[in-house]
Amino acid sequence: MASRHRELGLTDSEYELICQKLGREPNGVELAMFSLLWSEHCAYKHSRKLLRRLPTEGERVVMGPGENAGAVDVGGGHAVAFKVESHNHPSAVEPFEGAATGVGGILRDVFALGARPIAILDSLRFGELDSLRSRHLLDGAVRGIGHYGNSIGVPTVGGEICFEAPYEHNCLVNAMCVGLAKRDEMVRAAAAGVGNAIVLMGASTGRDGIGGASVLASAELGEGDAAKRPTVQIGDPFEESKLLECCLELLGRGLLVSLQDLGAAGLTSSASEMASAGGVGVDIDVARVPLREADMEPFEIMVSESQERMLAVVEPAKVAEVVAVCEKWQTGAAEIGAVAEHGLVRVLRGADVVGEMPVEALVDGCPLYDLEPEAPEGWVYGNRATLGAGAGAAETLLALLATPSVASKRWAFEQYDSIVGSRTARRPESADAAVLAIPEAETAIAVSIDGNGRRVACDPYAGTVEAVLECAQNLACAGAEPLGLTNCLNFGNPEKPTPAWQLDRSVQGLADACEALGVPVVGGNVSLYNEGPEGPIYPTPVVGMVGELPRADAAAPSAFAAAGDAICLLGPFEPTLEGSELAKRRGELGPGLPQPDVAAVAAACAAVRDAARAGALASAHDVSDGGLACALAECAIGAGLGCRVDLQHLRERGCTPEEALFGEGAGGFVLSGERARLEALASDGVAVLYLGQVGGEEIEIAAGDRSLSLPLADAEAAWRSLGERL
Amino acid sequence: MRWGVLQFPGSCDERDALRACELAGGEARLVWHETRDLDDVDAVVVPGGFSYGDYLRAGAIARFSPAMEAVAEFAAAGGPVLGICNGFQVLCEAGLLPGALLVNEGMRFVCRQVELEVAAFSPPGGGQSSNIAGETLSIPAKHGEGRYWAPDETLDALEASGQVAFRYAPGQNPNGSAREIAGVRNAAGNVLGLMPHPEHAVDEMTGSTDGLRVFESVAGVLA
Repeated sequence: MASRHRELGLTDSEYELICQKLGREPNGVELAMFSLLWSEHCAYKHSRKLLRRLPTEGERVVMGPGENAGAVDVGGGHAVAFKVESHNHPSAVEPFEGAATGVGGILRDVFALGARPIAILDSLRFGELDSLRSRHLLDGAVRGIGHYGNSIGVPTVGGEICFEAPYEHNCLVNAMCVGLAKRDEMVRAAAAGVGNAIVLMGASTGRDGIGGASVLASAELGEGDAAKRPTVQIGDPFEESKLLECCLELLGRGLLVSLQDLGAAGLTSSASEMASAGGVGVDIDVARVPLREADMEPFEIMVSESQERMLAVVEPAKVAEVVAVCEKWQTGAAEIGAVAEHGLVRVLRGADVVGEMPVEALVDGCPLYDLEPEAPEGWVYGNRATLGAGAGAAETLLALLATPSVASKRWAFEQYDSIVGSRTARRPESADAAVLAIPEAETAIAVSIDGNGRRVACDPYAGTVEAVLECAQNLACAGAEPLGLTNCLNFGNPEKPTPAWQLDRSVQGLADACEALGVPVVGGNVSLYNEGPEGPIYPTPVVGMVGELPRADAAAPSAFAAAGDAICLLGPFEPTLEGSELAKRRGELGPGLPQPDVAAVAAACAAVRDAARAGALASAHDVSDGGLACALAECAIGAGLGCRVDLQHLRERGCTPEEALFGEGAGGFVLSGERARLEALASDGVAVLYLGQVGGEEIEIAAGDRSLSLPLADAEAAWRSLGERL
Repeated sequence: MRWGVLQFPGSCDERDALRACELAGGEARLVWHETRDLDDVDAVVVPGGFSYGDYLRAGAIARFSPAMEAVAEFAAAGGPVLGICNGFQVLCEAGLLPGALLVNEGMRFVCRQVELEVAAFSPPGGGQSSNIAGETLSIPAKHGEGRYWAPDETLDALEASGQVAFRYAPGQNPNGSAREIAGVRNAAGNVLGLMPHPEHAVDEMTGSTDGLRVFESVAGVLA
């Protein structure tokens, strides 16, 4: 036992603390359970103190952090639940199942609240596509997401995919789910009612994923990863579809006291967390758990991460009815324990007690650590020039449009069912955010997921503020006002000074941006130790936002609409090349990013949002990767119409022709429509610059000595070239 | 007009189909797979999705359900049956339609709006007024196993007897279906199956409304 705890990821002092709390040494079952609940993935020991900085309250918040997912009120007695979670380490080892079970897990978090999942979005990051490994991971992850989402009948309506060398050994797969619930049918996770039954529903329990949370998610990846393959969970969306319908029916009929999904650390975490939330204890009899393999040990049963399982607390008189509903939906149901007064998590095998730990010790007893942040000297990520210094402006634009991170992701999203459920008013790539109709509440919502790694590496504070602003800008184009935010923080090893500094600064940026915008954080996820032998990933906060709009058609499309329409640039956009896609292609990345003016960007968002709702915009598209030239090209390509613009007014803000064309930063919106109506959007706090007109078959951009003109067809060929690289 | 939309474990588009039926005219209800109750139903829809998780083969298990036994009797008696995507697969597995649906040529799931050409087509149970022959409809397709296949002799016979109901317009075939076939009907003309999803083309808010023409045609009623 002396070093067994170290093999399971516990430090010596953590082990001593466990012994103290138990008053003795833990036995095998108890040690396994502590090692999981005290792992970084479950206990958030390096991040929990930082997360306390995030604003979590707001008028529309129905459920905040700490529940299975967050939820906001959308009127008409309805709430929209949503959350994003990572499944990075399993996807790096087995991308199909890793991504699939990532989707499965986030779906369960949402329907555990009593919300029917209505949309999925995914944020994916891989190494550059010239690596066979990255092509393999991309292909597997996209197929896995499609497999799970399509089979269970929840549309995948949006997402992003990005390619950067620092993700080569540590890909990121962040899955977000949005669900709809009637407020009076929602349920919390807290176990309650001493003597109530604990019922395990869904699939049987096997050996998959054992140790996943501690082995995979709480440690760096390195050699010998193939040996970790048994720790990747296997998903079955059909099983989950039955479980989902069953749970929603049970909740609709008021048959459950509480509900919790089984995710990382399986029964251990869900039983313990339910007990902790309810201030009670639980007795769990592993002999009553339906097993996939007959000879499983108690500790295996408690830590298995077999998918598609939920834990419910049920009043004894209702158990028979619950079992009947499960049988109707052909999903498993077994009464495996009871809520107890003793404040312990007590594991039994039949009559024998095989483990007994205070709930408080398991769930809240883990020490929380302070980071020891230290800003790095200079740029620690390397540079690689892939675009010649002498490239002309047109050639540069084509190169940027063809860059996999910028290019159309149609190759990927055509593998996803984006329309099942009949709510999707804006399909992928047709607007800056996905738009879903909510006729039940006579409203509509817009959803976007946006992250940035490279720019956050340049300045973790400013880069994170930008990520939040980008999400808000996308929602504004869709005429939506943000209601709440979820985030996934993907960082390196927090015990090392640079990732610690990145995490600290990024969380501060997230907190400040949310506070300034008045958008509460209703939940999220942290994934640390994303590091390999070559160093940490880019610090990558991924932000998901849900906003409301009065009618689905209040969302402006991204692409130009008609020849002759005016094109304007709205917002405090002051582009620089720092951290830009162009700087990356030239091998000129380094620390530093301009500080965004949050108030000015917020004012721009409000102006665009109101204009979209008023029908004043033929199109709206925010400026992001690749800068204004890429944004204009995307609007043109989507419309099959060229444009002729002059960036002189933008240059008068003090940027060079190249910065005007390809510089990046927050606060830029490309709008099209009737010139007078667009220019009328200007006010004291909001600038509108006339750029030019939609029309023709060329993209013509006047920008001093970097003016360019290229055929729309060439731009389209470049932008749609992703599939050819795979 | 009363529609019955089957529901299997794993069906995904049944509620979308219910809504489409009602928009096309009439009332619609779900028919649980374990029941045989079609007494009050005038037309049956076998919806899209992944019934039984596509275990074994898409549609292979659903075809044995009690509801499908009732549908076979209903069809034998001349009742109109519309199979969409997985529903088309179930009808082929049940022998109520000829041919089979195989894995897409590109080996990937494809979700894409496609143009369908309606072939010479007399609607089930209805008169000329609901004939949509010759129209081109914009309908979304979303499937991984939609490549229609039958032996050449069967395909020749289907074409000769006017049983090819829908074809993908030139350049629009998303899955490599033989002879661009997107949907077929049985010899009696009352059972129709197609891979694209007309129930997802009934509302301007979410796309085209051309799908309503398919439902209206099956109902023998023109709006």
